[in-house]
Amino acid sequence: MAGWSQLDGMALSLPQANVDTDQLIPARFMSVPRSEGYGAYLLHDMRRDADGTLRPDFPLNRFPQADVLVAGRNFGSGSSREAAVYALVDAGIRAVIAPSFGDIFASNAVNNGLLPARLDEATCTRLQDALADGTGPVRIDLDAQRIVLDGIEAAFDLDASWRMKLINGWDDIDLTRNHGPQIAAYKEQRSQTAPWAWPAAAD
Amino acid sequence: MTRARTMLDKLWAAHEVLRREDGVSLLWVDRHLVHEGSHHAFAKIKERGLPVAEPDLTFAVVDHYAPTRDRMRIADPQIARMIETLRTNARAHAIRLYDLDDPGQGIVHVVGPEEGLTLPGLLINCGDSHTSTHGAFGALAFGIGATEVAHVLATQTVWQRKPKSMRITVDGELGFGVTAKDIALSWIARLGTGGAQGHAVEYAGRAIRGLSMEGRMTLCNLSIEGGARFGMVAPDQTTFDYLEGRRAAPKGTDWDRAIADWADLSSDPHAVFDREIVLDASEIAPTATWGTSPEQALPINATIPDPATADPAKAEALRAALDYMGLSAGDMLEGTPVDQVFIGSCTNGRIEDLRAAAAVLKGRKAKVPGLISPGSARIKAQAEAEGLDAVFTSAGLEWAASGCSMCVGMNGDLVAEGKRCASSTNRNFKGRQGRGARTHLMSPAMVAAAAVAGAITDVRPLLEGRQV
Repeated sequence: MAGWSQLDGMALSLPQANVDTDQLIPARFMSVPRSEGYGAYLLHDMRRDADGTLRPDFPLNRFPQADVLVAGRNFGSGSSREAAVYALVDAGIRAVIAPSFGDIFASNAVNNGLLPARLDEATCTRLQDALADGTGPVRIDLDAQRIVLDGIEAAFDLDASWRMKLINGWDDIDLTRNHGPQIAAYKEQRSQTAPWAWPAAAD
Repeated sequence: MTRARTMLDKLWAAHEVLRREDGVSLLWVDRHLVHEGSHHAFAKIKERGLPVAEPDLTFAVVDHYAPTRDRMRIADPQIARMIETLRTNARAHAIRLYDLDDPGQGIVHVVGPEEGLTLPGLLINCGDSHTSTHGAFGALAFGIGATEVAHVLATQTVWQRKPKSMRITVDGELGFGVTAKDIALSWIARLGTGGAQGHAVEYAGRAIRGLSMEGRMTLCNLSIEGGARFGMVAPDQTTFDYLEGRRAAPKGTDWDRAIADWADLSSDPHAVFDREIVLDASEIAPTATWGTSPEQALPINATIPDPATADPAKAEALRAALDYMGLSAGDMLEGTPVDQVFIGSCTNGRIEDLRAAAAVLKGRKAKVPGLISPGSARIKAQAEAEGLDAVFTSAGLEWAASGCSMCVGMNGDLVAEGKRCASSTNRNFKGRQGRGARTHLMSPAMVAAAAVAGAITDVRPLLEGRQV
């Protein structure tokens, strides 16, 4: 995963609250291998009629080049499906700005280079008002943890460790494997102090 | 004097391999549960040529795509492929698989406790948000995404920043016909679906102590619907009685030692929580959702809210929910006609749930069709031994095999567009049970009552004089 620290993008307003993971990607598309791409499934049932045609009035259909979403509260609530993040990333989305995020979604986002930037409700509303039903250029600076859109400049909230991970594009498995000896020592100690923590043999 | 510690503090400390300077902990994982949806994670470790670090602590279950009917002849090639992929991965990594024909098969969050794989004091991960269910035993259990699943497969550890602590105390006694599901929907309605974000919830109080393990699992299961990745209940005699003798539970001296260790897990008497919520059990009524978010829940005798008089921040969401659900502001929730019912899922597919539904349905006919999918093959067998299946089929409902089924529709058990379903599940999101499906969440007894009335109704009169 490549790291990034500056983004000059195109923002789009998606002001609905509680855009949950079932809306981000309906369950029926989740058996597809990632290599086939998930972008076409993003917000599938909001974007498309029952016969699959794109609804011309849906914001993301009018501006498919948008790469930053300014969303409502509790974005990505619901299931742990990382496919919700795959759908966003594969559709070219690099950052979502919202007052709050589902905990698991936010963690999945960072693991895929997608920024979940928290901004208070009032500022999100100001950004959405500025965008109205169009798009606008946005600059996101991860180092400074700031966003600028239509003259509105705001500092966003992001866990410090997540910021570093996004900037460096770190991969956890590589990092963790450096701690192999500590993990082995922990396991040895746990097997002594809590032998019951290993499953009993099948009877 | 040492600082008083919460159960979260104790569980966290017991699993911390190390803590980085930025405060993020590397935690040891005692049990890792995987299912068909874990295919992304297996693909990730394959790409790197990594083995599964601890196959003996990894358990695979066929549940999300498990057919509930005619399961040995799967017609849909996509579903067959998902199950076959899990088989291939389990075989390649020597992981115990609970396959479709296994007597221990079921929904992952039902199977774990049933097998005694879930224990107090463990850290349990699964690539499923309802992993919080296992916290009912006093375990640190939380759902993770595919990248994290791959990490656990490869290292048996997970990076995590410790969440804030929150205690929901439910004092007093639950009224007749009121269940753990109603407690959960009530607190979520009060605090909102994001209400517990960033927190681990410990449930405490007299009403919680009085719950069976099944009830505690329902409550912890639904923690994520209030935004909490973790839910937990301190282990007590109810917990130990449930676990003793289960297949993978400790035996002999290990059991004695375990009991002694588990008794120390409870939060210390003066432990301080970052947030405290107190509810009075006697004020909780049978509850059902009316909208498209679990926070849009109401006591059965309430009227559907009016966006015009609601909190302006929530008005637009209310309007959208009313529109999707085909309901009008000011209507009574009770009396809303339903087209079908579903009983099952990791939330409410356990034996106690089936007994409660059968208590309502016994000797009665359902006015609408419905599906009942027990949470596991063992629960199915037990229900059949108790004659519950006959109660359901005599009422006109379909009795099927176990899996996630109509909760998430991945196996093809779907609610048709525009149809309204009374459901014992966990999410009433738009399209959750199928595109355009309208879901009302409620307890299994309330679902059974809706089947009998053909409409959402108060279960209490229907339970009058019956053994629950």
